[in-house]
Amino acid sequence: MSFKTEFDQYNWDEVRAGIYAKTSSDVEKALNASKRTLEDFKALVSPPAAAYLEPMARLSQKLTQKRFGKTIQMYIPLYLSNECTNICTYCGFSLDNKMRRRTLTNEEILREIAVIKKMGYEHILLVTGEANQTVHVPYFKKVLELIRPHFAMISMEVQPLDTEEYQELIPMGLNSVLVYQETYHREDYKKHHPKGKKSNFNYRLDTPDRLGKAGIHKMGLGVLIGLEDWRTDSFFTALHLDYLERTYWQTRYSLSFPRLRPFSGGLEPKVEMKDKELVQLICAYRIMNEELEISLSTRESERFRNHCIPLGITSISAGSKTNPGGYSVEPGSLEQFEISDERTPGEIAEMIRSKGYEVVWKDWDAILNM
Amino acid sequence: MLTIADKTFNSRLFTGTGKFSSSQVMEKALIASGSELVTVALRRVDMRSSQDDILTHLNHPGIHLLPNTSGVRTAKEAVFAAQLAREALETNWLKLEIHPDPKYLMPDAIETLLATEELAKLGFVILPYVHADPVLCKRLEAAGAAAVMPLGSPIGSNKGLKTIDFLEIIIDQSNIPVIIDAGIGAPTDAAKAMEIGADAVLVNTAIAVAGDPVAMASAFRMAVEAGRIAFEAKLGNQVNRAVASSPLTAFLDEL
Repeated sequence: MSFKTEFDQYNWDEVRAGIYAKTSSDVEKALNASKRTLEDFKALVSPPAAAYLEPMARLSQKLTQKRFGKTIQMYIPLYLSNECTNICTYCGFSLDNKMRRRTLTNEEILREIAVIKKMGYEHILLVTGEANQTVHVPYFKKVLELIRPHFAMISMEVQPLDTEEYQELIPMGLNSVLVYQETYHREDYKKHHPKGKKSNFNYRLDTPDRLGKAGIHKMGLGVLIGLEDWRTDSFFTALHLDYLERTYWQTRYSLSFPRLRPFSGGLEPKVEMKDKELVQLICAYRIMNEELEISLSTRESERFRNHCIPLGITSISAGSKTNPGGYSVEPGSLEQFEISDERTPGEIAEMIRSKGYEVVWKDWDAILNM
Repeated sequence: MLTIADKTFNSRLFTGTGKFSSSQVMEKALIASGSELVTVALRRVDMRSSQDDILTHLNHPGIHLLPNTSGVRTAKEAVFAAQLAREALETNWLKLEIHPDPKYLMPDAIETLLATEELAKLGFVILPYVHADPVLCKRLEAAGAAAVMPLGSPIGSNKGLKTIDFLEIIIDQSNIPVIIDAGIGAPTDAAKAMEIGADAVLVNTAIAVAGDPVAMASAFRMAVEAGRIAFEAKLGNQVNRAVASSPLTAFLDEL
């Protein structure tokens, strides 16, 4: 049994039609419900819900503060490698993007860490492409050993692994794994991932199950917004989350909403999501799930991030570099995507405080990963 | 005065340190609350640094720290975390919370009992956070807990004393202090908890997330004091109005 069994019972076009058939009264019903269903979620992401954005935002803010208080957590990505054997039409690391590649060595990682620690970070997200010959489990083990003494929480966004591999990494201090399905549209997925291990839709789809079975503390889900109809993709994300929460009830969940960003020689978004729609989506998830952690990356603009602080998000990155060595070793290396908000962590922290929120640098401890 | 293990408290309002908009607001609210025991999550403090932001703002002579184990999922993890906390924060007091369920944060009764047994042997003053389960509370008392902290309703829910019937049994049976923790959403809930005889209450979300946390903290202080006075003054029993005729018992007065 895995999510695939549940997923296969749904049909993309039917789900999509169901969302677009929702009316204002469905939205009102969803907003007033005391316990909400996935049908309510469809209403909250439907076009008529746009007219209810202000009440949605108020409810989202209230629910977020009840659970998380007036706090925002800080995290930063550390890109370890841009080597990749996959072709992904939207990604700067794609195999067919003929650029020089780099995987950080121990000594280089320590230099990058030194810069990150100076910024004040305790929560770090390790990112790689997929290059199983060089950036594999032994490499990750070496990296975790190196990094663990310096950070309170270590997350990873790397290629999907097997259950046993996750089981090896978790006791070494791996707290959280992010694995984005990119799109739940099976055919479209195939189009965007024509080559490499990532072209296997089912293996990726069942990665959260493998993580759950391995006993991971926290996992992150999401889709890449811009590939397909975001409302339908978000429904499937919510469905996936609902299944995971019921099945792996000891795990925490986080979401993020990467909107496709330009990179050198890349794909233009097929579907453009407006700022208004992203706010609608953040609020919809919060109203649906009070405990969900929601993060917002430097892909988003300054102005947009400033205004999103009190709307339902719980964590934010700042000062990010999306290329291996970007902090000190080789600032000019190939980056995954262009960031939009270039403010320093200090400036972001100040902005958060000015909104009446506390900046939380540490909300975990290495001793809690046994 | 309330006595737990080797400490006495004038205030029966215990507080938490999470969810505040800043450490400054937290500090002001805790002072306004009059609280002498505040719980702090190990995961939030930097145990390697003497300059930790939260700890710096809790550095008042009247405030005792109650480190909590939020984040652990098993007894084994809790015992390990507790030992590190004792060393880093220089207190053997511990709020033992083991909730393997990160969604509703429901405490694990089995692991909590196991950890209490183990930690008691190691000399900790243990205040376990548990369901309002009267039998479990007696078992924890026997295992060496210094007090029990049953929940009023799910943590952070502000739903009040949903478990009141079981809380009353716990209070009735307990030989150690009973601190009602979790779910207390308004000063009325805190007053009610004190009226039914709780020894203390622990409040966090309702103060931290209030429009004015400092004012809300003093409202809770007053509510806890009022509730305690009412308990000590003995509330008048609720009496059903006397009935004019007594068809069932009238025969006793005949002849």
